[in-house]
Amino acid sequence: MTIDTTTPALEVSNAVLELGDGESRVRALDDVSLRVAPGRFVAIVGPSGSGKSSLLAVAGALGRPDSGTVKVHGTDLGSLSRRARARFRLQNIGFVFQSGNLLPALTAADQLRLVGRLAGNRKVDAQALLASVDMAHRAGHRPGELSGGERQRVGIARALVNNPSLLLVDEPTAALDRRRSHEVVQLLADRAHDSGVAVVMVTHDRDVLEHCDEVLEMVDGRLGVPASV
Amino acid sequence: MFLALRELRFARGRFTLMGIVIALISVLVVMLSGLSSGLVNDGVSALKKMPATGFAFDEGTMTDNAFSRSVVSDEQLAVWQDTDGIDAAEPMGVNIVNGVTDDGTQIDLTLFGVEPDGFLAPEVSSGEGIGAANGIVVSEPLRDAGVEIGTVVTLDRTDVELTVVGFTEGQATFGHVDVAYLPVDTWRLMAAGQAKAGAPTQAELDALDCPYASVVALLAEDGLPDVTAIDTEAETETMTLTESFNASPGYEAETLTLSMIQVFLYVICALVVGAFFTVWTIQRTHDIAVLRAVGASSGYVLRDSLAQAAILLIGFTAIGVAAGVGLGALMPDAMPFDLEFAPIAIASAATIILGLLGAAVALVRITRVDPARALGGQR
Repeated sequence: MTIDTTTPALEVSNAVLELGDGESRVRALDDVSLRVAPGRFVAIVGPSGSGKSSLLAVAGALGRPDSGTVKVHGTDLGSLSRRARARFRLQNIGFVFQSGNLLPALTAADQLRLVGRLAGNRKVDAQALLASVDMAHRAGHRPGELSGGERQRVGIARALVNNPSLLLVDEPTAALDRRRSHEVVQLLADRAHDSGVAVVMVTHDRDVLEHCDEVLEMVDGRLGVPASV
Repeated sequence: MFLALRELRFARGRFTLMGIVIALISVLVVMLSGLSSGLVNDGVSALKKMPATGFAFDEGTMTDNAFSRSVVSDEQLAVWQDTDGIDAAEPMGVNIVNGVTDDGTQIDLTLFGVEPDGFLAPEVSSGEGIGAANGIVVSEPLRDAGVEIGTVVTLDRTDVELTVVGFTEGQATFGHVDVAYLPVDTWRLMAAGQAKAGAPTQAELDALDCPYASVVALLAEDGLPDVTAIDTEAETETMTLTESFNASPGYEAETLTLSMIQVFLYVICALVVGAFFTVWTIQRTHDIAVLRAVGASSGYVLRDSLAQAAILLIGFTAIGVAAGVGLGALMPDAMPFDLEFAPIAIASAATIILGLLGAAVALVRITRVDPARALGGQR
């Protein structure tokens, strides 16, 4: 896949999102703007409830902001129907979830094949993709038989099946020890720099930020440059 | 079905438990279907095999037991015999009697008095047809009671002696009692109370003046014409052959009871399968959110889950039907139990379709799963 390096992979402009009802209503995103170029690895840190997951949700077409725009590789996600957004996600956006979020019934290889099939591709080379994250030897194992780090690696391989231009990563090191955390984040950084995919990672883990090109901080729904990293 | 098949294999314990419930329901459905067919055959097999298109009963006869309640005259018969569109109209006498064979075995018989040369005369599998004044052609299962050609049956109270001259092809029962065909004139002799002890003779029949029968049997090759005007003229009420099943003793009550039990089983199947898939969907809500987050449409997840339900229902219904058919073979001969392909196929299809309906209602919640739930640590 050829990545267009002139168009931002992700462009969030003045996004506002409020969640809840009545007195429990909170502003999860408060005039958030973000621009990520292809091949860049951006980390967003911040405490729990600061709006990091909400930002990933609107950036990944899982939800819509109340106001503002979100564009992925030039496509305004707000103009897409629910069905079209699902299709767009499948073809353009890869998700890496906390703890991998693998489907318990599928082997590592089948996790990848399923995502390929969803996009109409029945010839996914699962073995090669798993090999690229050093997991080829575990292709026939289900998530219950894999360690936290292994699950996360399979999750990364799954996110890359359809060659996305944007990779959204949600707390990838939450269940990993220090060594494995570095391995996983290094893997993501390598992906961004080698294949040109833009990576946005939200994390609590400040130890792994050294692998990122840019670090932003989210506090009370507002995105900014952190005081210190 | 990529995911459906793998989930079935992965959670085989849960699916097998559910499948066993479906199989047990199917066993019950098959058993009820067998009982239902058996009772229908036991109740009206003699009517079912008759070549009649319909029957005309005396006007005002109560439907239940109408065959033995109705009395029609030769005048009423004549109206039907003169009707255009009716190829043949013949008198038919029906009543149930008790008797004893010459070896002392007590038997019950439904006497069908028919014209020996008419269209109602029974096909015989052995022996000869009706004709002799004291000759009867009886239902094949009576062989189990030791009845054979030449057996003399003495009727209770009247001591009339009838001799078995032949057997019908297969089962011929009416109101759960084996049928004995005899000449309608012999039937009239007994119905008029003029039969003497011993075997009826042709001379007695020739001297008989009894212009009555139970019903008029109608034959219309092109189907019954509009009978309203003829019924008015003949003072009769006409039923088609199928409608007349309800006029046999207890038929409607029996079939309605069994049908009701079957309907309840279908509803239970739908509810049980629906409940299972509701719980299953709730348990995998997070996985569904992940699937949808990576780009699966809710239609895809719904289709995959319905395919899973269909595999489960079809597979275990087949197992249940096979077990039911096997158990059916073990039923004692005295039980009215007949396994017939069509009712079992219909019952199985109903189990599967209603089970799928239950699953579909449960699976609708898939469309409401928010893919954003895949984010964060909650499961």
